[in-house]
Amino acid sequence: MRNLLGKEYPPFEVEVDKRWIRSFAEAIGETNPIHRDEGAARAAGFRGLVAPPTFPFAVVMEAGQSFMVLDELGVDKTRAMHAEQSFEYFSDLCAGDTITGRQKVVEQFDKKGGALHFVVTQFRLDNQRGEHVCDLRTTVVVRVG
Amino acid sequence: MEEVDFETIRVGERVAVLEKAPITRLQLALFAGAGADHNPIHVDEDAAKAAGLAGVIAHGMLTMAFLGEMLSAWVPQTRIRRLSARFVAVAKPGDAITCEAVVAGKAIEDGEKRVELDLVARNAPGDKLQLGRALVVLP
Repeated sequence: MRNLLGKEYPPFEVEVDKRWIRSFAEAIGETNPIHRDEGAARAAGFRGLVAPPTFPFAVVMEAGQSFMVLDELGVDKTRAMHAEQSFEYFSDLCAGDTITGRQKVVEQFDKKGGALHFVVTQFRLDNQRGEHVCDLRTTVVVRVG
Repeated sequence: MEEVDFETIRVGERVAVLEKAPITRLQLALFAGAGADHNPIHVDEDAAKAAGLAGVIAHGMLTMAFLGEMLSAWVPQTRIRRLSARFVAVAKPGDAITCEAVVAGKAIEDGEKRVELDLVARNAPGDKLQLGRALVVLP
């Protein structure tokens, strides 16, 4: 499999609006009003409707970059699985934010004598205020052969 | 929300549980949109079968969202420093997912009261679908 370790992708920008945060909360069945009601979010100390903890993954999906590495490796997506996901939080992600994301490939390795190939990419997300929002690590495993 | 007390929580203690309603196909369609994940194996029965599955499967990120919901119901969301999950099995429509958080460790480091949690998401028969880890910082 091609070695992409250290590869950096072009930065992307994604705008997050109220409707998106509300529909995400609705889809996951999250009832906390800080994701739906602006007044409740402000009363809880947020700048606006705040995104649920795993929402940053939707941001990188929206940018079309999450599984970009698979295209580059020429992998059939039905042979690939999202194996692991992590988030590290630095500041809140709120409705009205414009998020800038940067992706790089941080690990690439084989297991089971090459039958499984792992690719780990990291995203750094920053907002329009120059604040570091969140880092994501996505591990994808590909069945080879 | 009642403030969690760093002094009284114990390693090994189950501190949070979340029981979700069964996953529906409508929910998968809504999550495909809101989660910006349009992979057809989550919403299109024909595409799922063509990919060798018995039928549509839930997005791993939907189950992980439940882990996040459990945590942010336990402590204010701003106290969550890290959240991770390993996807070990998939959820399917009809699965009622239960999430749990157990204290794996606690320590005062860099002047912060840090609590490490082991997380698990299970389906109704009790199969582990996701194994997670979280770090929260208490006041």
